[in-house]
This record gives sequence, C-alpha cells and structure tokens, in this order.
Amino acid sequence: MLRLVVRRLLQLIPTLFGLSVLLFLWIHRLPGGPAWALLGERGDEASRRQIEEQLGLDEPLLVQYGRWLGRLVRLDLGNSVKTGQPVWEEFTLRFPATVELGLTALLFAVVIGIPLGYFAARRRGTWLDVAAVSGSLLGICVPVFFLAMILRSIFAVNLGWLPSGGRLTTGINATDVTGFAVLDGLLTGEFDASWDAIQHLILPGLALASIPLAVVVRITRASVLEVLSEDYVRTAESKGLRKSVVRGRHVLRNALLPVVTTVGLVTGSLLSGAVLTESAFSFGGIGSFIRQAISDRDYPVLMGFILFIALLYVLINLVVDLTYGLIDPRVRVN
Amino acid sequence: MRIARPRAAKAIVAALAIGMVATACASDRDESDSSGDSEVFVFGAAGDPAALDPSLASDGESFRVTRAAFETLLEHEPGGTELVPGLAREWSSNEEGTEWTFQLQEGVTFHDGAELTGEVVCQNFDRWYNWSGTYQNTTLSYYWQGVFGGFAENESENVPEPNYVGCEAPDELTATITVERPSANYPGGFSLQAFAIHSPDAIEAYAEDDASGSGENITFPAYSQEGGTVAGTGPFRITEWNKGNGEVTLERFDEYWGETKAGVDTLVFRTIPEESARRQELQAGDIHGYDLVAPADVRTLEDEGFQVPVRGVFNILYLGITQERQPALEDLQVRQAIAHALDRQNIVDTQLPEGGVQATQFIPDTVAGYSEDVQTYEYDPELAQSLLAEAGAEDLTLEFCYPTEVTRPYMPAPVDIYELLRADLEAVGVTVEPKPLTWNPDYQETTRSGGCDVYLLGWTGDFNDAYNFLGTWFDGYSQEWGFENEEIFDLLAEVSAEPDVATREAMYEEANVAIMDFLPGVPISSSPPSIAFSADVNPPTTSPLTQENFAEVSFK
Repeated sequence: MLRLVVRRLLQLIPTLFGLSVLLFLWIHRLPGGPAWALLGERGDEASRRQIEEQLGLDEPLLVQYGRWLGRLVRLDLGNSVKTGQPVWEEFTLRFPATVELGLTALLFAVVIGIPLGYFAARRRGTWLDVAAVSGSLLGICVPVFFLAMILRSIFAVNLGWLPSGGRLTTGINATDVTGFAVLDGLLTGEFDASWDAIQHLILPGLALASIPLAVVVRITRASVLEVLSEDYVRTAESKGLRKSVVRGRHVLRNALLPVVTTVGLVTGSLLSGAVLTESAFSFGGIGSFIRQAISDRDYPVLMGFILFIALLYVLINLVVDLTYGLIDPRVRVN
Repeated sequence: MRIARPRAAKAIVAALAIGMVATACASDRDESDSSGDSEVFVFGAAGDPAALDPSLASDGESFRVTRAAFETLLEHEPGGTELVPGLAREWSSNEEGTEWTFQLQEGVTFHDGAELTGEVVCQNFDRWYNWSGTYQNTTLSYYWQGVFGGFAENESENVPEPNYVGCEAPDELTATITVERPSANYPGGFSLQAFAIHSPDAIEAYAEDDASGSGENITFPAYSQEGGTVAGTGPFRITEWNKGNGEVTLERFDEYWGETKAGVDTLVFRTIPEESARRQELQAGDIHGYDLVAPADVRTLEDEGFQVPVRGVFNILYLGITQERQPALEDLQVRQAIAHALDRQNIVDTQLPEGGVQATQFIPDTVAGYSEDVQTYEYDPELAQSLLAEAGAEDLTLEFCYPTEVTRPYMPAPVDIYELLRADLEAVGVTVEPKPLTWNPDYQETTRSGGCDVYLLGWTGDFNDAYNFLGTWFDGYSQEWGFENEEIFDLLAEVSAEPDVATREAMYEEANVAIMDFLPGVPISSSPPSIAFSADVNPPTTSPLTQENFAEVSFK
C-alpha cells in the first residue's frame, strides 16, 4: 500500500507540471487582463500600460512562467493581483468554509442518496422508485443559482426558518480558532455559534448537494438492481439466510463499490460546484473568491486554485482506491 | 417484501422529520438574531473593499466603508453635489489657482485621540507625495496620480509629472497646499475620499507596515487589510474586517466632533455579490439595506413596505462611436442619423428607475457647466433615414458591443437597453451585428481599445466639475472614440487651466455646444441608482454621488 501511495504522489509531479504549462498559456490567452479589471471604468490606455509594466505582464510569457514556477518550487503561489495578499493566505482563510460546505453537501448526498437509491431499486416500479428517478433528474437539471433562489425564497423569505445567506449571523459571538465555524463553536463552548453555523449550512448544502445527490441515487439504484439479479443473492436467499443479512452483506456491500467511486468523484466536483453555490449564498469560501478571480483575470489565484483542485482530485482518488480494499476484500491494493 | 414497504416509507418519513425538526428549530432564529434587536445596522454591499486606507483605493465599495470613518477637507452637501465645509471650515485659492488655503475646524479629534492641525494635513499630503516603490503602482495610487500627478521622485517614465509642490501650515488650524499648475481637479479633488485625512499616529504606524513586492507580487500593507490601525475623524471607527464572512464592522465614535453623530451603535457592511441575493436577504430581514436595486424590483419592494428613496442623477449613459473603425462613422451626417434613430425617451420610460432623464449632452443637468444651447437630436426615424441616404450609407452595418452579466448605476439593464437600441437602428435600415462581452475585463478592454463600431458605456462623476466628465473622454485622442478634433481638445485644455470656477463654467457650456455639434457619440440618459432600506430604519439622505452618510441611519 505504501508503494502505491508513493507511486501516486510521484506521478503527481509530471502531471502538475504539464497542467501548469497548459493552464498558464490558456489563462494568459484569455481576452482582457488584470489591468482592465483593476482599472474598471476609470481606466485608459496609459494607465493600462503602466499597470502591465508594473505587474510584469508586458514581459514574454516564458519569462512570466519562469518567474511563477520559480516561486512555486519555493511553495509560494504568489499574491493575488486584486487583493494584494498571498494566494496561500487567501486560500487558507477561505478553505475551511468550503470544506464545511462540501462536507455538508456530501453528507446530504450520502445519507439521503444511498438509502434512497437502495430502496428505489428494491421497490422498482413503485411510486418511490419513480419519485427517486424523476427527482434525481430534476436535481441534475436545475441550475444551482436558480435552486438557490427558490430555496432562499421558501425557507428564508417566506417561512423565515433559515438564514438567506452568509456563514454566520452578523454580530453573533463566535471565536475563530480553526476557521471551521461549527467546530470552533464546539471547542470554545459557544454552542449558539455552532448552531448558527449549521443553520447557515443547510440551504447552500442542499443546493450544492443537488447534483451529487442525484448521481448517488441513480448509481446506487442501478448498482443494487444489478446485484439483486446476481446468482449468489438468489443462492443466499434460497439457503434461508435472514433477509437483513442478504441485504446487508450480499447486496449492499457489493453494490457499494461503484457508489464509493462515484462519491470520490463527486467529492472533487463539490469544490468546483462551490464556485456557483458560494456566490449565490454569499458564503465566504474559496468558491466565491475564485468566481471573482475569474472576472478579475487574477492569474496567480486562478493558477493556484486549479493546481490545488488537481492535487485534491488525485488525493481523493487515492483515498477512494484505498477504500476499495476495506469494502471488498477481493480487491487488493498494490 | 410486504413487510419492508412500510419500513422503507418509515425511513423516508424519519429522514424528512429530522429535516423538519432541524429547520423548525431554526425558526426561532429571528428572536435570537443579534442584528435584529440591537443597534446593529447591516448594509449589503456588492463587493469587498480593496483596502481600509482610502488613499490606496479607487473603487466605490472601499469608499462606501471608509467614508463612514474618514473625512475630507471638503465635503458635498447632503443630498447634493455642491462643495461644503468638511474638515476645513473655509477654503480659498490665489488668483492663479495654484495655492489652496484651508482653515480647519476646531476641536476635531481622531479615533486614536490625536488632534487635527494644519501640520497633520500637510503630513498626509506629504506622505502621498513621497510615496515610492510599490506605492507608485497605479493600483495603489490611482487618485493621487489622477489629481496631483506623480511623486517627489518618479520611478517610472509611465508615472505622470507631479503637480503637487508642497504644503505649509502657517498656524495651527491652517494648511496651504501649493500646486505647479491650476487644474479643473481643484477644489473638487479635495473632496475625494482618497484624500481623506488620517491621524498622525496612524500614519507613523502605517510606515512600519509598508506595501511591498514587485511584479505580480504586490502586497497591500497589512494595516489596510484589518481594522484597528486606520484612524480618521468620522462618526464611526473601523474595528474589524472579517474577510471569511465578508464583513467590515464599524463602531460609533462617541467623541465625534461634527453635528451628525452616529445613529446606531454598530454599522456592518456585508458583501453579497449577487443582486437577487441582496434583495432576498433584505426581504428575509438579514440585512437592513442594499445598493443597486434592479429597476424591476423597485415596485415589488415598495409594495412589500420597503423604502426605496430616489437619488438625484449624477451619471451619463452614452452610445460610444469609434469613428476610425469605420469610414462611414467619420461622416457627421451618419452620426446625426444614428442619434435621430434612437428613441432615448423610450429607454428612460421603460428601463430606468423613477427619476431617470434623457440626456442632451455628456454631463447631467446637475453639473455646473450644463448648457441649454446645445444641438439636440430628437427621435425622428424618417430624418435618420434621409440623413443616411444623403451620406450614401443606406447599407450601413454596425458592430454593436454591449456588456452582459453586469449592472451599472447608469445602466441598470444593459441587455434590454441594447435590444431597444438595436431595434431602433434596424428600423432605419442599419444592419446591427451584436457583440456581447462579459463586463470585466473583456468589455472594458474591447471598448477602450476601439474594438467596436458602437457600444454602451457611461460614467458616474466623482465631484461637481464638468471636467470630471468631459475631460475623461475628450481631452485628447483616444482609441475609444477614434477621432481628432483640435477645437474640442484645445477648449478642454484651456478650461482645465482656468483657475476661476465661474469662468470655467461658462467655458464648459461652450465646450458642450462644440461637442454636441461634432457629436462624437450619443448621450442617452442619466439614471438614479436605487438604494433600498427596511421599513424599520430611518434611512440616510440619498446622494446623487452615492455618498450616503451612514451616521444619519437610525432605527425607528
């Protein structure tokens, strides 16, 4: 297992290098540039030239890339052109919020998605199955920003049950220890703050979970249906095994393998999904920061973020591969 | 199987019940909402401030925050655009307009306890003038370079020559600022938030915490990114900037010297980038006000009991024309035909909030120098067609750029405005090729570099001097407009060098007539950007400059 981990991590180096070259060329070829974004309506050609000279954007791309790579090997992602703060600091400041939101969405996707998919398969053709399949289709189709508006309208504006946006209620007493609002409240005994943070997570969590939840429901349903038709399930049932044993050990456990793969994939996609969700709910994580960075053509932030996502994807997939062995002893990781 | 069915149903019902309990428990949030029952006023801002030191900023969101904590030598009258005393109770200049003397208010205390004196004012101006290194980057010193030129020692040939000469304090409550040449930027420039006066102790603290870096790695100084160090004289002091939550918190400054003390204990600016989210947060009671209300939402909000006070207008939306991009556009008759083809009143009636007006020239009628004698171009499609025929441009094709995904104070619904203008142009036989672009930075770059035949753009004034509008566009050749007209360029150069404000106004009127005769583009409208407040607050006096004084806010 250790060899696998080391090999995967070593594979990262050429992957990230190639990705960084492509990204750098692509981002710098986008129309517009940070100078116009910084100047806005008050810009003119002279100011643009001045900013581009001062930011070093008038130098050949190779020189700019070399400078960026030189910083990267020193683990320095550079500074945000817009905020003037180190990219790494901006990430670490906002990453806990995104992780909290991602975990909430993942929780919704797994806790609701797997049982729903399982029961939909077991009750194939019933109202439950139809509801699960059509509901998941809806979850995939409805754009996140539209879903955000609907959820806010129902639960925040009309019912007043949940906050409409943000991460914590303004003015609430919350001590920042780890950056994770829910955890900080528990650590410091400020349970009101924890509860407040949880309330703020529900609507964006649901919106972000809409696609992963739909995917998990459909994959679980398909996988369970496939396993239910396997000979060994029929054999187990005909041997007189208790139904709970058949369902738990033979059906669900075998059906979970593709589901785990899917959960791994959607976990990575939650980060990119957060870009829209966080913006829609004014949830101050990396996602909304990146969305702003895209329109600002904030090159260092974009480069850092995409490489960070790539790194995270590889690590998550590594964890997924390692998990296979735990779920299915037939799979040996080496 | 029959047994399992109710179990499955039970499981789902249980899951739903848990969800309902979770949300039902949340229903008491209104009672525990700390912003609802105390003196905390929360305002929804469209973006984060760039810095809490206004001299480093150039964006409206930064200034909205810092204006509550910092004051300038001159201010604008509440609800208007005329200059009134700020930290200076009186001001005057020599005949040449090169020496500006300010008599300061007595008993003004900074948030950190320091006293305002003439020396302190000079210390502020000298600090900006002596900026070096990273501070000479336009990102950090945009307004200084625009109003006072360069620095004591320019470090790049792209930095303009300095116009600032020095500052003296002949007595404790007087400061005299000397400039090399007169400019239309004075005295209006002294009202810019970028030149707000900082405490001398804070300035010393700033020096220990300088901006640094080069190339892409420019770092804003740490003091400008957190509450606690910056200190002005305003009715609030900035105490915290929680970047994670996107909130800047300001507390009432009890020793404030002015008459309008803060009406609430705490003022919070919370960043909510999406307009629909800002509206829903107001409706949900999570914030007490927000800016840039979509015109389509105004009626709904008013019907629901929210306050949507109307601002005066201080902006211009225009149809830009890049003459050198297409020979036909260099023909005055063609430009006149375009102007006559556009039903601008229809845009005012259907697209702008209450208070919007059709524009006749490139400044709104609230700016000194507005002329009643300019050539006007009434909506007349038949005349437009005949002008095109006379010019031999019946088959005119125009690439029309318009921005997407943006709302500007002067242009609340760009796509809808574009559609109306396109229909007007097509009605007189012009073929329109649409070119939609994302606002930032594609649209900015394309229009400014002359990449469109016609395009929509606008401007909100910084202070009440017509040069702030006209000089921005027509003080010389630019790719955006693509024309050479020495008469207009010379007129604006002369007016910029004229120290007497009254004489300057007459010259602006003349310039406006010349500009509208030449018709470099078509001024369309002036629009009051809407601002909304909840029913339980006394809102501030709205400002055409979008410079509301949040000290006026209180709860009913």
